[in-house]
Amino acid sequence: MDLRYSEAEETFRAGLRAWLTDTIPTLGAAPSPHDWPARRAYDTAWQRMLYDAGYAGIDWPAEVGGRGASPVEQLVYLEELERAHAPYVGVNFVGLLHAGPTIVVEGTPEQRERFLPGILKGDAVWCQGFSEPDAGSDLAALRTRAVRDGDDYVVSGSKIWTSHAEVADYCELLVRTSDEGPKQRGITWLAMPMDAPGIDIRPLRTIAGSNEFAELFLDGVRVPVANRVGEENDGWRVTMVTLSFERGTAFVGELLQSMELVGELRALARRTGAWEDAAVRAQVGRLGAELDALWGLARRNVSQAARTDVPGVGGSVFKLAFSELRQRLAQLGQDLLGAAGLSWGELEADDGSGPLGNARLLDVWINSFSRTIAAGTSQIQRNIIAERILGLPKG
Amino acid sequence: MDFELSDDEAALAEAMRRMCQSRFPLERVRAGEGRRVVDADQWRALAEAGVFSLRLAEDDGGAGLGTAHAAVVFEELGRALVPGPLVATHVAARIVKGAGTGEQLVGLVHRPPMGRVLPVVVADLASLGAVLVVDEQGVHQLPPEALEAEPIDHGLDPLTPLWRLATIPEGAVVADAGTARELWRDHLVLSAALLVGMASAVAELATEYAKQRRQFDRPIGSFQAVKHLCADMLVRAETARASVHAAAVTIDQPDVGDALRAGAGAALLASDAAVANAKACIQVHGGMGFTWEVPAHLYLMRAALVSRGLGRAQRLAEVVAERL
Repeated sequence: MDLRYSEAEETFRAGLRAWLTDTIPTLGAAPSPHDWPARRAYDTAWQRMLYDAGYAGIDWPAEVGGRGASPVEQLVYLEELERAHAPYVGVNFVGLLHAGPTIVVEGTPEQRERFLPGILKGDAVWCQGFSEPDAGSDLAALRTRAVRDGDDYVVSGSKIWTSHAEVADYCELLVRTSDEGPKQRGITWLAMPMDAPGIDIRPLRTIAGSNEFAELFLDGVRVPVANRVGEENDGWRVTMVTLSFERGTAFVGELLQSMELVGELRALARRTGAWEDAAVRAQVGRLGAELDALWGLARRNVSQAARTDVPGVGGSVFKLAFSELRQRLAQLGQDLLGAAGLSWGELEADDGSGPLGNARLLDVWINSFSRTIAAGTSQIQRNIIAERILGLPKG
Repeated sequence: MDFELSDDEAALAEAMRRMCQSRFPLERVRAGEGRRVVDADQWRALAEAGVFSLRLAEDDGGAGLGTAHAAVVFEELGRALVPGPLVATHVAARIVKGAGTGEQLVGLVHRPPMGRVLPVVVADLASLGAVLVVDEQGVHQLPPEALEAEPIDHGLDPLTPLWRLATIPEGAVVADAGTARELWRDHLVLSAALLVGMASAVAELATEYAKQRRQFDRPIGSFQAVKHLCADMLVRAETARASVHAAAVTIDQPDVGDALRAGAGAALLASDAAVANAKACIQVHGGMGFTWEVPAHLYLMRAALVSRGLGRAQRLAEVVAERL
């Protein structure tokens, strides 16, 4: 076991850090979270800067225009971006981390040529049309139907939890093309142009008050067969191979950000006097120890990916432990705020020492509830761990 | 950066597991119930396997290995419920002559505050050749005879005899305060390694039982309520293991972090994991888990014993909080 970075890894870090030090101050203020066109412009401009500096598609192979970085370099990349408070991947998330990798592995040479450069350069924004109102944790139960008509598929149905739909150019869409055999066998993966007629986008208001998600209603949307990635009815497998792109780095940025948050909570506790309370100190210490442990687990998962090129089963362990921890961390923030935790609007401290930071901590708190649901609920993660790692029988 | 076990570390862990399977099968360990002294042959086998000397320099009769190697070794010892003052003797080997070779068994005590209410307890006193007392001044060495002690008739862990110390004399200072801190830190990390081994062992025991035991015409492990108990056991064990390994590596590679913060955090999480997993193991076994026959209780009692030696959980958490 070796936690020291190699000379090559340190050289990569130094180059990236120098670039970030020069670049971050040139960025404008982040737009309002409610202004979708401005968010798109901001996030894609950042992506273009990464592209021009050679950091776009950090984990994508070099032959498709990525950086081809090793898993450890990818970890260093996430560490440095977080350290520099660089913009979040934002509207580029689906393209860079999901649809893009799927096309890298399963797309034809023409499809790679056509779709990948736009993602890397920040020219094309993707959204995801996987879940449906009746297909959540049981994704393979999806019913949005695609019927072949000449060179097109004609798609009708509805999708839900589609982030960035309002500003996306393409949607990675899972559709049902067959009812024969097991439900996983009748699914097909399509790249749906979001300007095609028949797409109705309705924003969903979340408990955080944002319009982060949308519902998509599809009524006879024509998607060219040329936009199908993989064979017809092979979309389930096509989707799963994307997971092979996961190298233990998912949620690492958020983990590092959580470590910073612990520091902020400590500072807040000192400011309010709560730090005098040994129970508060112990609570902060325990959360700190758990985050340290998960940082260890993240480095272990990345090391495993670096050795075997296969994603470790550790991903589910990490996701479950981290999302539950994030909720407790967020709850401590809410507790430390006292009555200030009752206001969404920023409040000033009574002693004239300035803003309390309650608005941000409340944002962290309310959003923490989504962490144990999105990307596989904690209950589904426990099933995965029990069945795939421990070998317990399916229920 | 490669946080997987090196080939060397993996081979050492494997060798240690085989040694434990042949020398410390559970039936034999359980046969030691009620003993008041440590089995000399068993102790010699541990010494020959390098358990106490592996971090000593080769010139001092050791293997010159690091704390990361020691951590994987102690995990195996914990998994097999090997009894005796393992961690204390190992960390004392740099101070007490004969500890590394297995000739001397050593106890380790953190000097308690004046005017205390709760008793100070030491394990295996009748077998010890020396007791090290750690305090802010440094490390003090005492012959066991110097301690006024009274045996505890019925100790919690049926495999570990205990004594209550009435007085703890000053004793000769044999190492400075810096060494005392290192000794305590290493004691935290290697005790945590024992606890991780126990946490994994009971997770496996419970999982195997959940696959075998049938109720309502199906294995109980097919019910989500039971599955989730088992999954949580794995998560606690693996999280604690990562933290123990990171703490051990940080002792060996001081540039990568704060070893005391890492050690206190590892001790905290490993105690939690071992105790919570032992409880869950009893639960998964149902009524059988409450019987003497199923060994889940032995892990619970040993986990309680080792955890007590680390100090209060709240104090460990505060050590981390102060160093964040």
